[in-house]
Amino acid sequence: MATKSYVASPAILLDIYRRTALLKANDERVRKVITSGKIAMVYYSYRGQEVVPAALSACLRDDDQLCTIYRGIHDMLAKGFPLKEMWAEFAGRTTGSCKGKGGPMHLTFPAKGIMVTTGIVGSSAPIANGLGWAAQLDKSDRVAVATFGDGASNIGAVHESINLAAVWNLPVIFLCQNNLYSEHTAYKKMTGGETIAGRAAGYGIPGVRVNGNDPAAMYAAAAEAVARARAGEGPTLIEAMTFRFHGHNFGDPGEYIPKEEMAAALAADPVPALRARLIADGIATEDELSAIETEIEAEIDAAVEFAISSPWPVADDLRHDVFAQEIAR
Amino acid sequence: MNASPKPTVTILAALNKALADACAEDAKVILLGEDLADPEGGGIVGVTKGLSSQFGDDRVRSTPIAEQAIMGAAIGASLAGYKPVAEIMLMNFTTVAMDMIVNHAAKLRFMSGGQTHVPIVIRTMTGLGFGSGGQHCDYLEAWFAHVAGIKVVAASTPEDAYGLLRSAIEDPDPVLMIENLPTYFMPMSTELPDASHRVPLGKAAVQREGSDLTIVTYARMANESRVAAAQAAEQGISVEVVDLRTIAPWDRETVLASVRKTGRLLVVHEAVREHGVGAEIAAVVSEELFGELRMPVRRLGGAYAPVPYSKPLEDAFAPNAARILDTITQCVN
Repeated sequence: MATKSYVASPAILLDIYRRTALLKANDERVRKVITSGKIAMVYYSYRGQEVVPAALSACLRDDDQLCTIYRGIHDMLAKGFPLKEMWAEFAGRTTGSCKGKGGPMHLTFPAKGIMVTTGIVGSSAPIANGLGWAAQLDKSDRVAVATFGDGASNIGAVHESINLAAVWNLPVIFLCQNNLYSEHTAYKKMTGGETIAGRAAGYGIPGVRVNGNDPAAMYAAAAEAVARARAGEGPTLIEAMTFRFHGHNFGDPGEYIPKEEMAAALAADPVPALRARLIADGIATEDELSAIETEIEAEIDAAVEFAISSPWPVADDLRHDVFAQEIAR
Repeated sequence: MNASPKPTVTILAALNKALADACAEDAKVILLGEDLADPEGGGIVGVTKGLSSQFGDDRVRSTPIAEQAIMGAAIGASLAGYKPVAEIMLMNFTTVAMDMIVNHAAKLRFMSGGQTHVPIVIRTMTGLGFGSGGQHCDYLEAWFAHVAGIKVVAASTPEDAYGLLRSAIEDPDPVLMIENLPTYFMPMSTELPDASHRVPLGKAAVQREGSDLTIVTYARMANESRVAAAQAAEQGISVEVVDLRTIAPWDRETVLASVRKTGRLLVVHEAVREHGVGAEIAAVVSEELFGELRMPVRRLGGAYAPVPYSKPLEDAFAPNAARILDTITQCVN
C-alpha cells in the first residue's frame, strides 16, 4: 500500500511520462537503425518495460548509483545517460562513453551514477552491494540499485547478495523486472515459489510485488524502498511485473511467446496508456505531449548523426585502459 | 665472529603489518572476508588478527561464506573510491567467484573506456603440505595470468610479502596476491619491514646470482630453489635464482638478461606443469634467445593430476629442493 508521501503527483506522473516517451522512442529508433544497416550492434529490446525504470528514476538523484544489465538501456536512459555518448558507443566510435571499448552491453556513465552494465545474468547485484557499503562508510544517504530480470532471480550470486545486504543492512534496492520470460523460457516453468518478491522473507528483508506497468504503483514501491535505504533501514527487493514486446535479442522473433499473451500485452502497452491518462486527467494536453515527443525525436536524430559521423578507434587503443599504465608495444 | 641473530619474522607477520600500516595510512583501505574480524579469530590463520579491533567493524568486516558476494562488494566499493582488500580464504574458492574476478574486476576499466577502475586486492592462500587434498591446495595462477586486466603476485620472503602487498593496495588496478600456506609460519627474517618498504609490481628479484643456469620461479618454489642452488654451489655449479614476485605481467627484462648470461633456463612452479606459467616463460625465452641457449628450456611443475591426499603421493606431486637439484645437475652436466 502506498502511503500518502509516496503518491505520484501530477508533476511526477508527467516526469515519468517524459522518461517513458524517451525510452520508447529510443528503442524504436535502435531497431530501425539496425534494420537499416547503419549500425550493427547486439541489442536486447526492453520495449514494454519502460515504466519500471522511469518511475524508479523519478525517485533517484544523480549520485545514486546503478548496476544494470544487458537489457538495461531503459534503466540508463531513465537515469539520465546522455544520448550522444550512448549512440556513439552503440556505433563503436571513440566519442562513445566507453570509447567503443564496451559497447551496448557495457555502457557506463559515472557522472549520472551509471556504474556498471553487465552482460552476465545475476552479476549486477553483488557489485551494487559494494556501492552501498561505500555509501555507508561515507555516511552518505545515497543509495545503490541493482536491476536484473526474472531469470537472474535463480542465479546464486543474487541470493548471496541479498543475504549480504540484509546482514550488513546496506542501502541497496534489488529491482527485479519480471517480464515473464528468461531468455526464451516462461517464468513459471523455471521459478520455484509463487513470486520472486516472496523470497525476500527468507532473508528477512521487505519484498514487494508491484505492477511495474502502473506508474503510480511502481513509483510508490520505488519511493518507499529508496526512502528506507536513505534512512539507513536497509535493502528492499522489488519485483516489478512487466512484459517484453520483442524476442530475447534483436533477430529473435519470440515465437515461444503465445500469440494471445503477446496480443494482450500489446493492447495494454503502458506508454500510450500513461499518455492517455495524462490527457484524460488534465495533467497535460495532447499538444504538450506531442511537443515533448517531437523534441525527443530531434534529440535522437542528433545523437544518431553524431554517432555515425564520429571517428573509429584505432588498433593502438587496445594498449590503453587495460591497466592505468599502458601496455608496452 | 658474531653468530647472526636467529630469524623470528614470518611472512604471516609481515602481511599482518602491511595491512595494519595500510589501514593506518589510508582511511580508504577496507578489508572483508570470511572469519576476518577479531570476534571470528582475525582470519583462519590470523593474517588479519587485531585489525578489526584497531580500525573498527565498519572497515574490517567478516562476511558470509559467499565468495561472489565478497568479490562483488569489493568491486563495488572500489568503484566508489575505496581500496578494498578482499580475502578469498583458499585459492580453490576463487573458482566460485570467477565471474566477479574475470568478467568484472579485470575488465571494468577497459569496458568503461577508463571511466571506472577497480583498485582491489584479492588475497588468497594455497599450497600443498598439510594433506588437504584436491580442493584446498591448487595453484591456479595461470588462469588469472591469462586474463588481461588483473595482476598476479606471490612472495617467498617476509620483505617481499610486505612490499608487494603495500604496492598492490596502492595500485590502481586489481591485484591477486597468492599466499602460500606452509611458508606463512617459517621464521625467515630478523626484522619486520619498515612502513616505507615497497616492492614495485612487475619487477622480479635476482635472489642469488650465478653463471651456469637460471632458475625462474615464485612462491614456495623460490624457497625450494634457493636451497637447491646453495647445494649446487657445493658441487661447483653456479645457479642464478630469479623470483618473479609478479607473475603477471612478468618481468621479461630481468629474466631475459639472466638467461642471456647463463644460457640455461629451468622454470619451477608448484602448479601443474602442463599449460602452466612456465610454458609462457619458456616460449618467450625461446623466441627471444633461441640462438643463445645452451640447452632447451626445462620446466618442473606439479604432476598432471589433482593434488592428492596421501603423504607419499603429495610428496611425489610437486618439485622440491632435491628434485630441483637433480634437474640442475642434469642440465649443467
